[in-house]
Amino acid sequence: MIYKILKKSRTIIALAVLVLTFVLFIDIYEWIPEDTFDSILYLQFVPSFLHFLAVFSLVTAGGFLLILLLTLLVGRFYCSAICPLGILQDVVTRVARWRSKKKRFFKYKKPHPVLRYTFLGIMVLAILLGGGWIVSWLDPYSIAGRSFTYLFKPLVVWANNGVLVPVLQKFEVYSVYHQNLILPYLVPTLLTLALTGAIGYFAWKRGRLFCNTICPVGTFLGEVSRFSLLKVKFDQDKCTRCGKCSGVCKSECINIKEYSVDTTRCVTCFNCLEICPESALSLTPAKKQNAAESSVNQMKPVDVAANSVGHDGNRRKLLVTGLALMAGGRIHALKKNKMPESQKDLLRNEKDHPVAPPGCKSIARFNEVCTGCSLCVAACPTGVLQPALAEYGLSGFMQPHMDYSTSFCNFDCNKCGEVCPTGAILPLPIEEKQVTQMGKAVFVKQNCVVYTDETDCGACSEHCPTKAVDMVPYKNGLMIPQVDQSICIGCGACEYPCPVNEPFKAIYVNGNAVHQEAEKPETGEKQEVDHEEDFPF
Amino acid sequence: MKRRDFLVKSAGLGLAGALVPHFGGLNAVGLPAEEGKYDLAAVRGGEAADMFEKAMEALGGMGKFVTSGQKVLVKPNIGWDAPPERAANTNPDLINRIVKSCLDAGASEVVVFDHTCDQWDRCYRNSGMEESARGAGAKIVPGNNESFYREVSLPQAKKLKSTKVHKELQEADVFINVPVLKHHSSTTVSLAMKNLMGVVWDRGYYHGNDLSQCIADFLTYCKPDLNIVDGYRMMTRNGPRGVSVSDVADLKALIAGKDIVAVDAAATMMFGRKPHEINHIRIADEMGLGTMKLDQLAIKRIKMG
Repeated sequence: MIYKILKKSRTIIALAVLVLTFVLFIDIYEWIPEDTFDSILYLQFVPSFLHFLAVFSLVTAGGFLLILLLTLLVGRFYCSAICPLGILQDVVTRVARWRSKKKRFFKYKKPHPVLRYTFLGIMVLAILLGGGWIVSWLDPYSIAGRSFTYLFKPLVVWANNGVLVPVLQKFEVYSVYHQNLILPYLVPTLLTLALTGAIGYFAWKRGRLFCNTICPVGTFLGEVSRFSLLKVKFDQDKCTRCGKCSGVCKSECINIKEYSVDTTRCVTCFNCLEICPESALSLTPAKKQNAAESSVNQMKPVDVAANSVGHDGNRRKLLVTGLALMAGGRIHALKKNKMPESQKDLLRNEKDHPVAPPGCKSIARFNEVCTGCSLCVAACPTGVLQPALAEYGLSGFMQPHMDYSTSFCNFDCNKCGEVCPTGAILPLPIEEKQVTQMGKAVFVKQNCVVYTDETDCGACSEHCPTKAVDMVPYKNGLMIPQVDQSICIGCGACEYPCPVNEPFKAIYVNGNAVHQEAEKPETGEKQEVDHEEDFPF
Repeated sequence: MKRRDFLVKSAGLGLAGALVPHFGGLNAVGLPAEEGKYDLAAVRGGEAADMFEKAMEALGGMGKFVTSGQKVLVKPNIGWDAPPERAANTNPDLINRIVKSCLDAGASEVVVFDHTCDQWDRCYRNSGMEESARGAGAKIVPGNNESFYREVSLPQAKKLKSTKVHKELQEADVFINVPVLKHHSSTTVSLAMKNLMGVVWDRGYYHGNDLSQCIADFLTYCKPDLNIVDGYRMMTRNGPRGVSVSDVADLKALIAGKDIVAVDAAATMMFGRKPHEINHIRIADEMGLGTMKLDQLAIKRIKMG
């Protein structure tokens, strides 16, 4: 009875966590207040740990400690009910069981210790040595986040634009509206699809195989749960070896022949406890039993892992760059300008650095901490945050960068810092964000239509929030841009609307490797008006 | 501030009218007309909505522009994510009164939208426009998606041969254009003609293909039935977005009329500039799309309180 309630509660908690987390990523109408993001993601293990390393505050980033305590109490409950990727796999498993005509059963399978500890070792080294891009491919929360951002969110937007909006706007309901469908680059989408597909396939066939073979968080928490207070235990006298427990164990860790449960692989889902007709299985405090009895594995030395990360960085970089270039143009629904013939002999924009989001402090720090979960990409109201391909080099592959071909950063918005669960983008008060210089605008006169066509333009200056880009007299009454980099914050409001096509923009933002503080623009005196004045005409 | 200091400063601002001793005096240009038959109305010194009412009296009342059962488009400037005090967008109180006035005149529906520069939902919200227009009974629709726009051709245009125009303009019977009086870093002023860039989809084409010519060209497709320049607050520099409230002068003025070029010509003079110095106004005048010669118009000048 108690186990029935436990299992029900686990299911309810898991579904609630999954829905809440999912909603954060597809919040296209910005209904979720920014400050709730942190609370909802507080318990995500890797983001919380990295966030703690970034800010050393348990209030903002103590979730990982709570998870450790929870694991010491009941084992890997995190994997069962808090990890969005784990819950997603359970959904897939459930669908698989429901779809198949004959009932599907799991069977006990041997663990894969070499793989498990290798991936764990890689993860530990990546965190210690700052290999953010490795972390981003192993952290389960981030994998789930990317699938939400790059696979599910476009679907939601598409459904919104294609179904919801046309129907409701027919009835003159304008509280729903078209969202810009900004599809990410082909490579991130395909990689996300491939990884999510592979994990989904494993889940369909083998339950939590991914969690117990590859996921380093699973392996780590598995090791911790060797010491947990409550464990699933057999009562050999009651057990009839009917095999029902093993049949519902998605971790494939119940060995009825030996009356043993591999605690390191058990995700504390309570399925076996609930189904056992003889109540032969129980969740009981561990007696002075040898932990090794319940676990089949031996810890591998870490140097196995060390060997496998010593890649030739340059070769990998080349490979990724090549791939990125091949994938080339993106598919997105924004319109391109038709350009006249007169604009040739233009100078190509050469950026020293990409532009990293405000709150990063520096590109190097950002690349170390970001796990590429892409929550900021999903949450960014203007869509300016997009996954990087080769912009940061290999170390920042799939981490967000300010993509000024898609949009520009809203001066009065600091949402990315508010939502980031890892502290890679630290929250900035709006006043501070407005003087955080992510990069500096560079004006290329030879490319500017005022110079090439001798016509009015000024799109860059129009949008500039600090008037770092101002227009000064040129000739024939024309005005031409002039940049004051000291008050420029690198928001891209000039680069985005510049009518010259990439990569020949007449004005572009060169990223700052280390973010600087820009000067505040001088506001000058307000002009007084005498209302006794007459009309000038 | 001493009056003398003010005069020195306002020379830069260009309130050259300060030099005319009596309003409507000898220096004032234009022709006489009866009340209700003026071409242009210029008001100073009142609240935005009151100045609008005075101007409409001079122009013959809203009933002259809107008749029963007509669908009206009111197009303010809502281009920027900025509060009303920054004068980057049209005054929401003025829009509220215009919408009510249209409905009182019998309009079947009043639609309000703009194709914004900043993120559109924040612009609508933070400008105060959404609340104000909806409160008056207008339908406020988005302008952020290409699917709202339909291709039109402009055979008489020189550069802007075709463009995509918002369907709400194409479906409207009456078009009321309500820009805000703003400086513009490139085109010097952003007034009624410039405000029409907010009804087309591809503004980048304008910028890449002779901005001033394209602004004038658009008038060959359609001219608003009524233009009301909101000068309650005036952006005197750093336009069209502005940097802070110190870019804003509390001018308390309003200029309204049917001829968009004339309205812009008059509004330009509030900056101390001459209409022919503004490329798009000069071009529009030369193309015969309106007149910037204010001495050929009957102008009603009204000073309140």
